Amino acid sequence: MTFWLVLTVNSITFGGLLFLLSAGFSLIFGLMRIPNLTHGSLFMLGAYVGATFAGGLIGLQLNFWLAAVVATLTVAAFGAATERLLLRRLPGNQLAQVLVTLGISFMIADFCLMLWGGDPVNVLTPEGFAGFVRAGPAAFPTYRLAIIVIAVIFAAGLWFLLDRTRLGAMIRAGVDDPDMARVVGIRVSKLFTIVFALGAGLAAFAGIVGAPMLSVYPGLDQDMLPLALVVVILGGTGSLLGSFVGSILIGFIYNFGQALLPELAYFVLFLPMLLVLILRPQGLFGRIIA
Amino acid sequence: MNARFAALTVALAALATLPFWMIGVYYLNVSSQILFYAIFALGLNVLVGYAGLVSLGHAGLFGIVAYALGFLLSDGWGHPAAIAMAMAIGLAGTAVFAALSLRATGIGFIMITLAIGEILWGLAYRWISFTGGDNGISLHSRPAPFGYSMASPYTFYYTTLIMFLLTVVAMAIFVRSPFGAALRGTRDQPRRMTALGYHVWAIRFWACMFSGLLTCVAGILFVYYTQFISPQTVALTSSAEVLLMVISGGPATLLGPIVGAGLVVLVKTVVSGFIERWNFLLGAIFVAIVILMPEGLVPGTLRLWRLFWRKQRGARTEAQP
Amino acid sequence: MSRKLTRRRFMATTAAGAAAVTFKFPAPAIAQAAPFKLGLLTVKTGPLAQGGIQMEQGVQAFLKENNNTLGGRKVEFFSADTGGNPAGAKTKAQELVERDKVDVILGPLAAFELLAITDYIAQAKTPLMSLAAAEDVTQRRPNPYFLRASACSSQAMHPMADYAAKEMKLKRMITISEEFAFGYEQMGGFQQTFEENGGKILKKLWPPIVTPDYTPYLAQISDCDGVCQGFAGSNPLRFMKQYAAAGLKFPVVTGETGGDDALLHSFGDEAIGLVSCCPYTADLQNESNKRFLATMEKEFKVLPGFYAAGLYVNCQVVDAGLKKTGGKSDDKEKLMAALKSVSLTETPRGAIKFDHLGNVIGDFYIRRLEKAGGKLINKTVKTYHNVSQFWTYDEKKFLQQPVYSRDFPPLKS
Repeated sequence: MTFWLVLTVNSITFGGLLFLLSAGFSLIFGLMRIPNLTHGSLFMLGAYVGATFAGGLIGLQLNFWLAAVVATLTVAAFGAATERLLLRRLPGNQLAQVLVTLGISFMIADFCLMLWGGDPVNVLTPEGFAGFVRAGPAAFPTYRLAIIVIAVIFAAGLWFLLDRTRLGAMIRAGVDDPDMARVVGIRVSKLFTIVFALGAGLAAFAGIVGAPMLSVYPGLDQDMLPLALVVVILGGTGSLLGSFVGSILIGFIYNFGQALLPELAYFVLFLPMLLVLILRPQGLFGRIIA
Repeated sequence: MNARFAALTVALAALATLPFWMIGVYYLNVSSQILFYAIFALGLNVLVGYAGLVSLGHAGLFGIVAYALGFLLSDGWGHPAAIAMAMAIGLAGTAVFAALSLRATGIGFIMITLAIGEILWGLAYRWISFTGGDNGISLHSRPAPFGYSMASPYTFYYTTLIMFLLTVVAMAIFVRSPFGAALRGTRDQPRRMTALGYHVWAIRFWACMFSGLLTCVAGILFVYYTQFISPQTVALTSSAEVLLMVISGGPATLLGPIVGAGLVVLVKTVVSGFIERWNFLLGAIFVAIVILMPEGLVPGTLRLWRLFWRKQRGARTEAQP
Repeated sequence: MSRKLTRRRFMATTAAGAAAVTFKFPAPAIAQAAPFKLGLLTVKTGPLAQGGIQMEQGVQAFLKENNNTLGGRKVEFFSADTGGNPAGAKTKAQELVERDKVDVILGPLAAFELLAITDYIAQAKTPLMSLAAAEDVTQRRPNPYFLRASACSSQAMHPMADYAAKEMKLKRMITISEEFAFGYEQMGGFQQTFEENGGKILKKLWPPIVTPDYTPYLAQISDCDGVCQGFAGSNPLRFMKQYAAAGLKFPVVTGETGGDDALLHSFGDEAIGLVSCCPYTADLQNESNKRFLATMEKEFKVLPGFYAAGLYVNCQVVDAGLKKTGGKSDDKEKLMAALKSVSLTETPRGAIKFDHLGNVIGDFYIRRLEKAGGKLINKTVKTYHNVSQFWTYDEKKFLQQPVYSRDFPPLKS
């Protein structure tokens, strides 16, 4: 009984983290049609920057949440710069976009190795969140429950942004029909920069929020990118609801699949992904049929 | 036309006599590597450049034929039989790969191929009785076609060169053929092609098979070169690497993937000996290519070359009274 | 952060302006006594860089202490980055042997890299000394040109199991390790010795190599009295954090990589109590280790672990072997024989010698992770002397049983 309960709660927790990771990717791909293969590296970069400030590695120690904000803003700025200087030159040229995003991810990975070294960086659980919430014999780490809350807050916030604000309306217009959006007077290129920065910032935030759970180490980017891709595929590109449902679903598949089918642990994510793609290429909630 | 013919002859002569002027066996081996990676890149280019289908799982195909060969050889098969059987298995694998992947195009195709690649990677780790897991399979000998043992780096180089030239010829024929034209048609205007009566799926399927054939050849040469196969070869990073070779060199060109293969292999093997942060350098090179020549190194260089000559001619005509 | 400074020095010599690179050919050997060419196969990019960087530091520490000489000869050191994949390892091995003409190669790091180059090395008759733990390279498929001065995968786990059963009095344990050969071989060794000493392994859990969240496996750990883990690289840190976060309190034992001293500065308090068995321990009190620790602190400002120490010891072996051949390295077979016959008493890991298959016989230390003076340290609680790769088993019998794998020894449920 404890076993099932622990796994269920952890599925939602892990799903929450995956949502923060993949929401950015889904937005960027939905609006700009760019497969942002840098996404894993932005996650890792956010985690490293956040860890530096949260752990006082360069002398200045900040509160964990403040460090998270710093990390998010730094990487969002980096994302905005990348979009303006590089990606803007390549509208529609998907191959060049793949080349540049992979090139940047190589550079970020090596840069992180240069700056922070090869050893993993420990990030302590923020104060007040260490410890457990006990429900009978089961113990749930408080911080992981906090991640669920954070994910829900962000999901609500993003929904509000997309559904109730003018910016959100412009983004949705851009996702549905970028050319018509331009005709109507929406500054689509400025929108692109904003959305890319938002997506990058989200990835970075996910990185630092996940760091007390995952630690930060070289190779984190390559471990997380396939997960983001799986969520986006299952949930569908360009759809916020899809990202959310997809994340939770992947959380469940990941936890229960690995626990119950250990022989298939390597395939537990990619087999469902393959099945969904073969049967429904646009994903469960996707609006874009590729 | 004359200039191109001359350039071709010079290149051919250089390749044919390479072992004699290349300084040292080590660089000869690097050249062999560039050649079989070029075959791999040319094979991927059939899909990426000419069919408009980006595959992130081609290392999986590479792996199927490589593991098949490794397994058969360690099971006691002789080289010719093992190679033939491995090619057959590789082509069968390609057919399944194509049938699954062609359910979608565009980003869907990319994701399906990624998923297949990851699944094959997982199989390479877990199907230990067949693949040896991460201990891999070691090959203890290289074949000796017509009595020349490929254990010698010279024979290996010439065998690879012959396969490379055959590949280039095949690609040239393919590009100029009606099939090649039809494939480019499905890339640019799939709906119009269907309206014209072409069976788009079948054209794409046979393009996949052609791509798979070249990938199998490259896979066999690779396995004989390293004499070892392990799951790293089937990983996502390997698929990404060959894709980068194609894109950086110039998709939809004949020379592009060859140049791309040369670039990546040289940075990984030779430049990494002099520059510690070669991974960063490689990423920076890719970004630079995108800024200066987003269509790829080969088309970009040609464009800049023509721009340069036009400027020269312009200056000359201006100088005239 | 001061590690940055040393790397900057290194980088400065390798063209900071990467775009304006001109090819530099290896410097011609100065016409004195021909320098001894030492090659290192390591990983400096990607996730395996953690161990790879430490390996290089170990070699550099030795060369610094000895004025860049080995066996009295000036050393020309070639460090090659394999990228952490077998094709890269093969290519770089060829570069070292064919282009740079090295006399001895140290490394590579990973077992699969070693397996990719073992045939080639035997053919090229170049002595190779590696940390890679793949068992069969000194057991069922021995390479006559291979020496291992650190440990094979199960070598540290046999004494760990002995300690767990006899001193910690554990009886029912669950093992958890990554799903690859190093994991299988470690846990297999632990299981065999643990069960011979009256213990029982209840479950064997194998998370895949890429597992960000171990919770699905941690949820299966219950109803036992101890856990044996064999994680390597950065994974031990994550595992211990998630283990504590899951509320698990059973004692944890591990091998050489799970509690490595180099990770001490990354671990948090949740790792306190971790018992590990390692061929090297930073708190070993002998002259050689004191000197080694001082050099590592001065040059790199780090506490060394098993990787750096392993390479330092490898250099000591090469040094001793060269002294035996009178500094000559032309006759590869003679050099190999001399290296194999090396027996040292003063190394950072204590006394070592090699068995006839090329694997080390040496001391293994059981340590307990504790907090002292506000810092985490590994405190040695027991030393097992003269541990060979066969533990107390008869060599012939051991070689007849299959290599430790996922299913060997089988679970006795």
